[in-house]
Amino acid sequence: MSRPRSRGFVASFTRALRKSPSSMLGFAIVAFFALMAILGPIVLPFDNTYYPSKRYFPPSWENPLGTDFAGRDVLRQVVNGSRDVLLVAFLTGAITTVVSFMIGISSGMTGGLFDSTMMAITDVFLIIPSFPLLVIIATSLPRMLSPLEVAFVISIVGWPGLARTLRAQVLSVREKPFIEAARCLNLSRLHILFNEILPNLMPYIALSMIYSIVGGIYSQVSLFFLGILPFTSVNWGVMINIAFGENALINPKAWIYLFSPIACIVLIQTGFILSQHALEEVFNPRLRSEE
Amino acid sequence: MRWIFRRILLLVFTLVAAITINFFLIRLMPGNPVDALLNELITQGYSYEEALTRVAQIISFVPNAPIHEQYIDFVKGLMRGDLGRSIRLAQPVSTILGYALPWTVFSMSISMVISFGIGVLLGMYMAYHRGSIVDRAMSLYSSVSGAIPAYAVGFFLVLIFAIQLKWLPPQGPYAPQMSPPPAGQLPSAEFILSVLRYAILPITTYVVTTVGGWTLRMKSSTVSVLGEYYVTAAEARGLSDRRIVLTYVGRNAMLPLFAQFAIAIGLMFSGVVFIENIFLYPGIGRFFFQSISWRDYPLTSGCFVVISVAVVFANFLADLLYSRLDPRVKFE
Repeated sequence: MSRPRSRGFVASFTRALRKSPSSMLGFAIVAFFALMAILGPIVLPFDNTYYPSKRYFPPSWENPLGTDFAGRDVLRQVVNGSRDVLLVAFLTGAITTVVSFMIGISSGMTGGLFDSTMMAITDVFLIIPSFPLLVIIATSLPRMLSPLEVAFVISIVGWPGLARTLRAQVLSVREKPFIEAARCLNLSRLHILFNEILPNLMPYIALSMIYSIVGGIYSQVSLFFLGILPFTSVNWGVMINIAFGENALINPKAWIYLFSPIACIVLIQTGFILSQHALEEVFNPRLRSEE
Repeated sequence: MRWIFRRILLLVFTLVAAITINFFLIRLMPGNPVDALLNELITQGYSYEEALTRVAQIISFVPNAPIHEQYIDFVKGLMRGDLGRSIRLAQPVSTILGYALPWTVFSMSISMVISFGIGVLLGMYMAYHRGSIVDRAMSLYSSVSGAIPAYAVGFFLVLIFAIQLKWLPPQGPYAPQMSPPPAGQLPSAEFILSVLRYAILPITTYVVTTVGGWTLRMKSSTVSVLGEYYVTAAEARGLSDRRIVLTYVGRNAMLPLFAQFAIAIGLMFSGVVFIENIFLYPGIGRFFFQSISWRDYPLTSGCFVVISVAVVFANFLADLLYSRLDPRVKFE
């Protein structure tokens, strides 16, 4: 079952991309930022020294986006800041998905008391307002956090939605005739789970992973912007925090400094959302046939 | 009955969880605020016992008691509405929140109603005119606006309307030369106008960031209702278009949106932290953020408890309302 399916996936994926220029654009944006995060810091290393004499220089060949309040190059800050932002975002996507996968699947497969307990916990976490919760969790932690730890913290509030969706999907797939057939063939529970049920859940998992990545960008930048997480290195959220603290809004010279990281966040999140649309089309045959 | 019972159980569980998480996280916060405060009072010349009782007054639990007794005291305090005293502002937390909450409720309830209203109207229009310019433009706007954080929108609005055009004030709840009316007296018309003027930008920020979501949801909901047989039947009976649009399509298409209204209330309290800080709007999001930068933990804790209670009850009410509007949910 797995081989023809994967060929079908690649084929329908490229078809969806070719058909919709906007999803192509989305993937291009994501790829661009991924390259920026991987290669950017090598090509354009960031010099963190303060040059008070170069304060708020306008854009020039040397400083394409001008300089900040301390005379540091804005473009290099944006490029170097992308690394941590993307690293945390992908780690958040991975951790959130794994956690909700384990909770959702085990709950749906086991049923009974375990299921109702897990779902009660999930509901509780769904209702407690997540961003304020994230803020007090982040505040209660010892100062410096590595990107992996930041991703863990964001995942604490991020898992319940997907866990619920996955459980609901397991419950509905479990009752399908082909699962019953597999049971009659005396296939093991693990075989049924991984070979029969899981392929049907892949769309939800992939889409939610993108959703968690976007959430990871949004949450970490917000935490840095509000100054709740300490500054470890350059980061878009840190840039916004400093710019806002330096009253960049009323200082036209500082606008590029304030709006460069914001523009990056908007761009990359748009990129992810557009790619998500492309994936949705691949996964949802009903949408495809409507065209 | 079982359904209601389960909802109430969930409500109680969630409140207990929120309060417990809050209690332990505050105890974990770096520099342990209790010890810090105790040391501060001792260096100010208080004896250890005096300092201990003062700290107990401020934080509303006794720092040296075993942790479960502290927890019980904390919950007892909550039951009486006693949230401790703010360290920085030297006032009961409940007084501060009593001042802050009306600002948030005022600005955000207006925002949500406007956003929901525009979203429902636009969404229905788009469902009826699929492929039109409005439909395509709004679809694009909706997916892109999901990528724009509230603070980015806030910055742009301040920049354009407050700093460049100077049409609207950039910050604050009302003109600085004014003062709120004394308790028990009606505010003057001038004061009300000023409050409304100052609320325009925060409200617009919220509406701009959320209206896209409502529009898309209403559109897809309307499209699915349009395919229902009862709509065809209503058309066949020769009912007026107006009647079909309002009573048959509109009402049914709006139903699933009410369930999401509860989620929107929860999300609102996340957005409020940014919006109120950009506009220095003295609501609960502003105090929540400030209490953290002040390391004023009783205030942080109070803000979180109030936000949680508000969201949990809003969820509960939305569930009840939804089950009345659509009795089918009870039988799920």
